[in-house]
Amino acid sequence: MLKERNADLSRMVEPDRVRKELYTDAEIFEQEMARIHETVWIYVGHESQVPKSGDYYTAQIGRQPMILVRGSDGRVNVLYNRCPHRGNMICGDMKGNTGEQFRCSYHAWTFHHDGKLKNIPMMESGYAGTRLHRNSPELCVKRAARVESYRGFVFASLAKDGPDLKTFLGQSIVAFDDMCDRAPEGEVEIVPNCFRVIQHSNWKLFMENQIDALHPSVTHQSTGRAAHEVEKQIAKKAKAGEALSYHMLSAFATVTIDKWDNFQTINYPYGHCVLTGYMGLRPQDPDTKAYDRIMIRKYGQKRFEEIVGVNIHHVLVYPGLSVQSPLQQLRAVRPLGVGRTLTEIWHFRLKGAPEAIYRRSLAYYNLVNSPATLINADDLENFWKCHQGLSTDGGDWVSFARHHGRDIEEKGVVSSGPNMGTSEAPMRNQMKAWAQYMAAR
Amino acid sequence: MKKFELQHEVEQFLYRQAELLDTRRWQAWIDLFTADGIYWMPPDASYKTWDGQPAIFAEDKNLMNVRMGRVLHPDAWSQRPLWGTNHVVSNVSIRKTGKNGDLEVTSRFHMLEMRRDDIRHFAGSYLHVLKKSKQGYRIKLQRVDMTNAQAAYDYVLQVWV
Repeated sequence: MLKERNADLSRMVEPDRVRKELYTDAEIFEQEMARIHETVWIYVGHESQVPKSGDYYTAQIGRQPMILVRGSDGRVNVLYNRCPHRGNMICGDMKGNTGEQFRCSYHAWTFHHDGKLKNIPMMESGYAGTRLHRNSPELCVKRAARVESYRGFVFASLAKDGPDLKTFLGQSIVAFDDMCDRAPEGEVEIVPNCFRVIQHSNWKLFMENQIDALHPSVTHQSTGRAAHEVEKQIAKKAKAGEALSYHMLSAFATVTIDKWDNFQTINYPYGHCVLTGYMGLRPQDPDTKAYDRIMIRKYGQKRFEEIVGVNIHHVLVYPGLSVQSPLQQLRAVRPLGVGRTLTEIWHFRLKGAPEAIYRRSLAYYNLVNSPATLINADDLENFWKCHQGLSTDGGDWVSFARHHGRDIEEKGVVSSGPNMGTSEAPMRNQMKAWAQYMAAR
Repeated sequence: MKKFELQHEVEQFLYRQAELLDTRRWQAWIDLFTADGIYWMPPDASYKTWDGQPAIFAEDKNLMNVRMGRVLHPDAWSQRPLWGTNHVVSNVSIRKTGKNGDLEVTSRFHMLEMRRDDIRHFAGSYLHVLKKSKQGYRIKLQRVDMTNAQAAYDYVLQVWV
């Protein structure tokens, strides 16, 4: 049965269309969790989430509940959230400080921050002559096969073989460079609040939507129009720059479909993608000018221009991360089931930047990404509707044909053609990577 | 007697606030706020101010107008399905009385939301900072602490709670 399915999989992805079952079939979901999410590098969290020894956050990699924990040696560990004894979850809370050890709530087995066994009640009397002794590896909490961090962003892979993190990220590494370089101190610090929103659809719909440049002016027009109206009212009485937070919303209506075409998508191996475009976030207000002066003092004029000139709207790190580096935020995808997906939304402070610059990022975080979002609500509605439609017999294929055949390919990097920012090249690229992962043995 | 009347007046005001939301009289609801009024829903009960911090809602009148405009727009796709709310407000307690008649009032609410075929429940506490005006009380701050503020949101909140 499964073998038959594997043969089917190769016929399910064509260059410009895919079968609907990729979004609705529970068995395909299990396979893609095993072959993609539980194999590749997945973003777990940021080092600044766990500053002190014993600080932990729970996280999800594919279907596996994990723990991100700072060790007493200062190193960050990623462990399976499972006691090796009877399988009890070790951390029941989302976050906290575990002190010098993890202690299982069931039989008081204790573990070091790196997962190694510390103690078991009655270790000597209870286990003498059994298959277990103090140094048995199966008495340790299992660790993620590989953990690497880049500029504070911690990734883990549950497969022991595969490309290292930098090779995997390739040019999508710009997401983290761009975010950190914009900080006068070259680092970012996480804001300890996570918005978590569940969508009723497959995780792939989220990844496709993030760099779908055609959808904003259709999906989000109600908010765009309303924000534009209020913005006009404010502009009548306000000083320049004051309406910036509404500009982030009104751009969804004022940037019309033809203008989105001016942007570009650049598509990389492993399914990663950059959508260029800026939404007018380099204004000339006093706050921005103050920030610019600090940056120039730190980096010099030339390097400063390079840094703020990086032209990014979104970076997708396939399969589970969407980064908006100029706004210092990211969304991590945690698939819950074939038709249910959780996104975790975090934002960051630029270390050394004025408070006003943080507030700009905060405004976007609150307005676009909070659970009372004026934007994502309509995306979530579309995701639900897509999932409903894809579950029917009303058709077999999902089309990604827009501007197909007009992509520009150079050394494995595929760009949408000139004035084709709304190209479905990123979806084609993601599906190409998906098919490669699923075919790999 | 006077204390009883004040309690009654405040309760009537809070019931009206909730009634305007449930009957979707958005403009009348926004008009309940002072010119500098703020509607705030913190993501955690430990937050002391809405200013400069993550917030589920942190809206001045301008943003309230954006939200109202959006909800009333015919292409607010997520608002197209059959949708409605029902608030129950209770446990009204006057915490502070200012010399000029300004008040700080806490209460508890339960809101049932029906959207398409799904029912969701939201519950929590209100803190109202009320200014006395010629037209009656006006809201300077409406703080809404949801008991499940930190939970994952199955879909999102579309309008004020």
